Amino acid sequence: MSDLLAARSQMGISLAFHIIFALVGIGMPLLMVVAERRWLITRDEIYLELAQRWAKGTAILFAVGAVSGTVLSFELGLLWPGFMRFAGSIIGMPFSLEGFAFFTEAIFLGIYLYGWERIRPRAHLAAGLLVAVSGAASGIFVVIANAWMNTPAGFTLVRGAVVHVDPIAAMRNPAALSQTIHMTLAAYAATGFAVAGIHAFLLLKDPTNAFHRRALTIALLVGGPAAVLQPLAGDFAARQVARNQPAKLAAMEAVFHTEAGTPLVLGGWPDVEARVTRYAIRIPYGLSLLAFHDPNAVVKGLDAVPREDWPNVPAVHWSFQLMVALGSYMAGVALWAGWVAIKTGKRETGNERREALAEHRWLMRAVALATPMGFIATEAGWIATELGRQPWAIYGVLRTRDAVTPMPGLMVPLVVFTLLYCFLGVIVAWLLYRHILRSPGVPEELWRVVSPLQGEEGRGKREG
Amino acid sequence: MTLADLLAGIIVVALNAYVLLAGADFGGGVWDLLASGPRKTQQRELVAHAIGPVWEANHVWLILAIVLLFTCFPAAFAELGIRLHIPFSLVLIGIVLRGSAFAFRSYGGQRDAVQRRWGRLFASASLITPLLLGTAVGAIASGAIGDGGRGTGDGFYSIYVAPWLTPFALSVGVFALVAFAFLAAVYLTLETEDQPLREDFRRRALGAGVALFFAAVAVLLLARGGAPSLLDDLVFAPWALPLHLLTGVAAVTALGALSRRHYRIARIAAAGQVTLIFWGWPLSQYPNILPPDLAIADVAAPDATLRLALGALVLGAIVLFPSLYLLFRVFKRTSDVRHQTSDISRPASDV
Repeated sequence: MSDLLAARSQMGISLAFHIIFALVGIGMPLLMVVAERRWLITRDEIYLELAQRWAKGTAILFAVGAVSGTVLSFELGLLWPGFMRFAGSIIGMPFSLEGFAFFTEAIFLGIYLYGWERIRPRAHLAAGLLVAVSGAASGIFVVIANAWMNTPAGFTLVRGAVVHVDPIAAMRNPAALSQTIHMTLAAYAATGFAVAGIHAFLLLKDPTNAFHRRALTIALLVGGPAAVLQPLAGDFAARQVARNQPAKLAAMEAVFHTEAGTPLVLGGWPDVEARVTRYAIRIPYGLSLLAFHDPNAVVKGLDAVPREDWPNVPAVHWSFQLMVALGSYMAGVALWAGWVAIKTGKRETGNERREALAEHRWLMRAVALATPMGFIATEAGWIATELGRQPWAIYGVLRTRDAVTPMPGLMVPLVVFTLLYCFLGVIVAWLLYRHILRSPGVPEELWRVVSPLQGEEGRGKREG
Repeated sequence: MTLADLLAGIIVVALNAYVLLAGADFGGGVWDLLASGPRKTQQRELVAHAIGPVWEANHVWLILAIVLLFTCFPAAFAELGIRLHIPFSLVLIGIVLRGSAFAFRSYGGQRDAVQRRWGRLFASASLITPLLLGTAVGAIASGAIGDGGRGTGDGFYSIYVAPWLTPFALSVGVFALVAFAFLAAVYLTLETEDQPLREDFRRRALGAGVALFFAAVAVLLLARGGAPSLLDDLVFAPWALPLHLLTGVAAVTALGALSRRHYRIARIAAAGQVTLIFWGWPLSQYPNILPPDLAIADVAAPDATLRLALGALVLGAIVLFPSLYLLFRVFKRTSDVRHQTSDISRPASDV
């Protein structure tokens, strides 16, 4: 393995690992806050239990997210000094803002996790809300920096030297808006569906469980709307890619030849040597419609780009298709769940709606199946956008091979950090598994008898 | 003073905050490792109780320094990334293992064996980061990272290892570790009202304070061969004498206050002492960012970037300082020390 490939692999593995925790760090605080708010309104103790159990899970994930994020900020210099030397002054700005957002997040998460008994309930809820807001903000700032690598702006190149640096213009690069919307929605959809999926799975075994019913509803409320909106945000992002990164779009859609009225290619095997995609389903005019909202629009194929500047077409195409497929499934399940909830009738109480969802076994199976899908879709989407930019680190400006560190022997840190992440991944998965296994098991009927008048006794009767 | 100087100064301030706050969290790991005597368990609990709510926020000072460094001085960041790849990678491994192990211990279950296993990892990982961060600082201060100061060899060892694997740089690493342990012990005396436990940390703070003196002597002796120009500045620069006098006053005050059990004074004096020693480093290498020849002005980003970074810092500070104040008021009010009921600060659903 070449040093360049080792560096790319280490960066890729670090990002892929961190993204899971970043998604959770954005999504989980919102779930906790909604649960705690429900508790303050209803005084139903299960919501407090829910908020606290979710907070405990988040604490582990946030700690691992914080340290793996630190690794990334160092790796920019350890692996890509050429990139930093070129881009630091242009795109350091969103990273600095991210630093502050992350600071706020860490401070208020500390207050939230350890402050249950130390501050008033409303202040505690406000701390949770600040964690949710600053978590989303730090994600947005980092994605802005990534968007700049895809559509660089805010500087002029004069004979290889960077002049007229304008960091604000760099932050307002063409891809920034669509990428940040797409990723923020991804965080809520992935986290919401992961939590909903786990509780749906547990409801299949124990459909009357009051704890899981409430957890499922809140998780679907956060994940469902995001999953439904995501295809629209994806369309917005894809049209931006079509305009500004034609090589990436051509690779994602496996389009080899520039033509008007381009069909949409579903699946298939992109044969790079023969420049055709075999065994694919083609929807006539589909891609022209999607990318430019015009059936006769000309879509640039890979033939518009020199052969040595092509990304890895099969990898980009498949990961893109995987993302779209999983996202579509989640959007469909979200609509289905919304339909079941609405059908129950407006005059019914929350209990009836929760019951209708929990007792709908096919819906619960569909939600349970979606548990990992948001994370897989997000990883696939990042693989598509990052591999799709290659061979460029900064699209059209700086090649990845010119950004890498001159240090040889990069296999060693690659192996070390990969082992470290595997170790952490296994531990985190094991801890969360045990945490979930200990969910309280009180049936809804019993819970409604003891709560809220005898909440304390109800507490005693629960297992866990 | 230029805008670039000001931003470089702010980076040093952020690093200083990291030393005083996160440094003490790493020092807590040292005392976890060295916990002994009849109150071994309580000592470890006190450390965990003290750093639990704050370590993640304290850690962000380092991230802030890093992002400011690569925004305002990208070429210096690139150079550090190349020359100090190995020590920084080890620093990261230390950060990752320390943080994760601490979270796993706090939330991973109460079985003794599990607690001990994560506790050992937390404590030993707490040693790696201060040692290697200090070593990196030593390598920079010795002038081995800047262009003119590097050795002449071409091999892997002479480019990527020799600049930092020197007795002087390593002695700075040891010094950092001792300083962090000293800070932690002093702060911990104020984290409990349990008298015997407080005495444990008072004795540890006194011991670490004395060890810090010897570590400083070792650094200065090794600097004669390892970092002569640094030593030259530390002795003859106009600011040198006042700095050393103030450091001496702070050190004597800290040890004196500890022996007389004036813990609040000891905390201020110890933090002041470490701060003064720390500032000796940037002052001695100014105006260089990577001595001997890479000046702040040479690697500064364009003014447009620096001005915006400063603006962001002002805005960020408006959000940050009230939040930090709140964090420390909620968890570090001495009148409100409730170590004996430490479980209360854990999420109530702990099983």
